[in-house]
Amino acid sequence: MIRIENLHKRFGDLVVLEGVDLEIESGQSVVIIGRSGCGKSVLLKHVVGLLSPDKGNVIVDGLSIFDFSRKELMQYRRRVGVLFQFGALFDSMTVGENIGFCLKESLRMKSAEIKEKVGEKLSLVGLSGIEEKMPAEISGGMKKRVALARAIAAEPDILLYDEPTTGLDPITADRINELIVDVNKKLGVTSIAVTHDMASVYKIADRIVMLYDGKGICDGTPEEIKSTDNPVVRQFINGSSIGPISAQ
Amino acid sequence: MDDQRSAFDIGPATLISGLGRITLMLWRTLISLRFFFVSLRLIITQMYYMGVKSIWLVAVTSIFTGGVSAWQAAYQFKDYVPVRYLGGAVGKAVLIELGPVLTALVLAGRISAGIAAELGSMRVTEQIDAMESMAVDPVRYLVMPRFIAGIVMLPVLTMLADFIAMFGAYIVSVRMVGMETETFMNGFKQFFQLSDFFAGLAKSCGFGAIISVMGCYHGFHATGGAEGVGLSTTQAVVSAAVLILVADFIMATFLFQI
Repeated sequence: MIRIENLHKRFGDLVVLEGVDLEIESGQSVVIIGRSGCGKSVLLKHVVGLLSPDKGNVIVDGLSIFDFSRKELMQYRRRVGVLFQFGALFDSMTVGENIGFCLKESLRMKSAEIKEKVGEKLSLVGLSGIEEKMPAEISGGMKKRVALARAIAAEPDILLYDEPTTGLDPITADRINELIVDVNKKLGVTSIAVTHDMASVYKIADRIVMLYDGKGICDGTPEEIKSTDNPVVRQFINGSSIGPISAQ
Repeated sequence: MDDQRSAFDIGPATLISGLGRITLMLWRTLISLRFFFVSLRLIITQMYYMGVKSIWLVAVTSIFTGGVSAWQAAYQFKDYVPVRYLGGAVGKAVLIELGPVLTALVLAGRISAGIAAELGSMRVTEQIDAMESMAVDPVRYLVMPRFIAGIVMLPVLTMLADFIAMFGAYIVSVRMVGMETETFMNGFKQFFQLSDFFAGLAKSCGFGAIISVMGCYHGFHATGGAEGVGLSTTQAVVSAAVLILVADFIMATFLFQI
């Protein structure tokens, strides 16, 4: 179980998170929604320990990840897979090397074993046989799928998705959403996705949380969110420029 | 733009926090030396990039450095110092100063800039975050191999630069100044001390560390997009060049006692 407690983060004068509380049960798929720049990705980076909070905590299975030693943090990160917003594929490595990176450098697997795992994960995302291609040679949608294959390569039990469908056409975005649902189901992972793509939200979420003004303002199932009376949430899910959220 | 930073924008607070972060990075690099053998392939790749790929640059700069040193020395000796000391004077200058310092300055431009641009673009495209999230320490994977390669390859390139610069000086002395080969060589041998040669190499080890660390540090802390990467690249070259000259003075006072 992941528990985010009273998380605060500011960058200089810019307050990004101002007391976020969230509890995620094992195996649950939570989607965090909110406007661009509201701190969704910052929240995700705290969960994997890439950022330290000014105040608050992230507790995973009863342990605070910010109290971990460097070694313990590395062990924790082996349990977490992250799909970054723009893929963050290593552009000097082939697709196969990207997917096998964690297996080789962190888990120290043998080459034959890595090759087998890479093939297996690529086939899971529907991209068999592109191991030797460079990231620059594949499309945006393929990059996202390769990044997803890399995120699940070490078979993590927590998956974090940062804007998984941003910049993709609706059909490719839907394919990615299906893959996420499929992967979450097959691997039985706990997942947190951040996005402002509502089609993606309704497809992959068991539960939706909305961030606004540095805090979680709404938490519920997709049905509950669709029927909410909260004007901020209503404006956001309807994609309207008129309402309490300033369009600027 | 009011908020546009420059490569020379270093207030006291920036300087102190920068020094702290550099020390921390150096410390983490030294700790990750325990993964030396695991990272051997990465180290060799960096040695190839820094060393083999820099040979032509070092060769061209060194031959002209040696040549101009001989010509300038001959000009200054004229009417005051016997020309038989030319080989010795140029030899001393090349081995203890020109070889190590000019090689380091030239390579600061090539290597520091290259490292800062590569790591900077990895930082802004979240590749370094991705590496960390996969439980791979980016200092171990990216910084340590470059640090070792810098320390090892700078002295190797400096030896090459010393040799080529002396060859350039010899050509100019014999062909243009009109000295005899034997006179040039005797002058060189008369003043040659092995300790000078090794002191020059010791300096170049330090310069190698500066070049790698500045490139890695500025690349690691790049922010923003293309502009941020460009700025970090400039800062890497400027800071490496300044630190090389400062370190040269400090090391010279220890290595060459008057």
